[in-house]
Amino acid sequence: QLDFWLSPRGTGDPVDVRVPFPSLQPLKAHLEANGVPYSIMIEDVQALVDHEQMQMFRHRRRLQPLSTDAFDYSSYHNLDEIYAFMDLLVAENPNLVSKLEIGRSTEDRPLYVLKFSKGGTNRPAIWIDTGIHSREWVTQASGVWFAKKIVQDQEKDEGLASILDQMDIFLEIVTNPDGFVFTHTTNRMWRKTRSKRSGSFCVGVDPNRNWDAGFGGSGSSSNPCSETYRGPYANSEPEVQAIVNFVKNHGNIKAFISIHSYSQLLLYPYGYTTTPVPDAEELHQVAEEAAAALSSLYGTKYTYGSIISTIYQASGGTIDWTYNQGIKYSFTFELRDTGRYGFLLPASQIVPTAQETWLALKVIMRHTLEHPY
Amino acid sequence: SPALELPPSHSLPGRAAALAAAFIAWRRGTPGRGPALRALSRARRQDIDGVGHKYHLEFVLEDIFEKDSTVNCTAEVLYHLGNKNAAPDVQFTIEGELKNTDEADNLFYNRIKSLKNELVAENIPDSYGNVPPEMEPIRALAWAASGYVIWKNSNENTKYQLAQIKHVKQVKRSDEYLEFDYMILLHENVSQEIIPWQMTVLWHPQHGIEVTQNSRQPKHV
Repeated sequence: QLDFWLSPRGTGDPVDVRVPFPSLQPLKAHLEANGVPYSIMIEDVQALVDHEQMQMFRHRRRLQPLSTDAFDYSSYHNLDEIYAFMDLLVAENPNLVSKLEIGRSTEDRPLYVLKFSKGGTNRPAIWIDTGIHSREWVTQASGVWFAKKIVQDQEKDEGLASILDQMDIFLEIVTNPDGFVFTHTTNRMWRKTRSKRSGSFCVGVDPNRNWDAGFGGSGSSSNPCSETYRGPYANSEPEVQAIVNFVKNHGNIKAFISIHSYSQLLLYPYGYTTTPVPDAEELHQVAEEAAAALSSLYGTKYTYGSIISTIYQASGGTIDWTYNQGIKYSFTFELRDTGRYGFLLPASQIVPTAQETWLALKVIMRHTLEHPY
Repeated sequence: SPALELPPSHSLPGRAAALAAAFIAWRRGTPGRGPALRALSRARRQDIDGVGHKYHLEFVLEDIFEKDSTVNCTAEVLYHLGNKNAAPDVQFTIEGELKNTDEADNLFYNRIKSLKNELVAENIPDSYGNVPPEMEPIRALAWAASGYVIWKNSNENTKYQLAQIKHVKQVKRSDEYLEFDYMILLHENVSQEIIPWQMTVLWHPQHGIEVTQNSRQPKHV
């Protein structure tokens, strides 16, 4: 029954043996009775094997999935895989989904937005973006899941169907592709864009401090080496300028939701000033309802409020700008968790995170539909 | 001066609660137990003239190993006005008992003591959030030790979390203690900076955790 991994060679030489559980106590007793010293190198071989199998399954060099049904939503993907997913989704649902290129990044990568539309011309729209800060991996992964969810549920979910009957949804899954690639190739903790400017050897601008709302204020940094560096001027980053152009040209966006991680927060403007927005009371109610819907699935607790009172002063932030453009329903999410894993959220939490967040998004979308302005 | 009730969603008591949780992680953490903040229930603040800001907190702790294992706590956190280098004062009470980890601690102790070669590991958790089961006690030790570093370096404008263990190396000792040399990454939530920090951690099942050395490291550009 004993399985020798290092066979007996001679007296004085060690022996390694895997012991099946029923033999464990008898063997220990036998060794002790005969004064043979031993130590335990591996407590539970099965656990190690199971773990390795899980690792291999997750990180296998995947063949490209042939359909979005074969795509693995429970693991983290790189940029190529996500861009391939988008093309598959469009090919499978040509009547609902199209892909728009809204600009190019600093390193000349295309910036893609998925448009979900049942028709019409320039319908009032919902905007959702994920991955503006590249290290927040659960957000891009959730964006991929949302895209598939919209396609799957567009007919069978009444709420979603009625939203899509009258409104379009725009979804930018990888809002900062240069940063995202960098998190895969070089530095998992990279947050900013990858823009380079003469005069500094530090790279990148915080894309959530680069918008023209309170730009340059004390909730951002003038130091290019800082994680909250605002950039040389508002909209200096092509990733930001592309969205600004899109929003202004579209002219009919009614809700704007920018998704980050981590901290489990649902936030509304402002971040750059303590002055409450005129619609603070309504936004607070919507946030309360959305947080309750989110929590209903797995009990995940979210805190909600304005950016400045709930986390910190932040100047030049996305939803401060969109709100000031007249997009009343402007919200920011900070997804799971609250610090136990932080940015390094285990892949097993991607789908539960996306599922619960989707319930909150539906509350916001439904409220937008029912309160036209 | 009277204590002012604050909404638990507010950023300032949130930072104080994170600090209290880090302090508790240091005082009560073991290789089998990692106390972490689950939620802040109630917060009051006193501005004490000439002294500083004192937060009275009620919160729930969970365990990094068992999310469903929770315990209620109260704490008082005093941020000193004058000396910015003085660590905040923290006092806490845990309602009930934390999970006993003596057996797991001894198993871990014996396992490491009997290793032929010094333990070396990196990236815990890895980029995908994975922690190999045999590294969980190593992570828990870092969680507790980082609580000390966080406590010593916190003020009202900071909120630190342990983001990752970049590198850990066991240092063999002739005495009964285990010694680990850690390079960790701290995430500072207000500035959003990722700060490398070196810590030398001593541990023994009966004598607890000691951070004998710690220093902030230069950031990678």
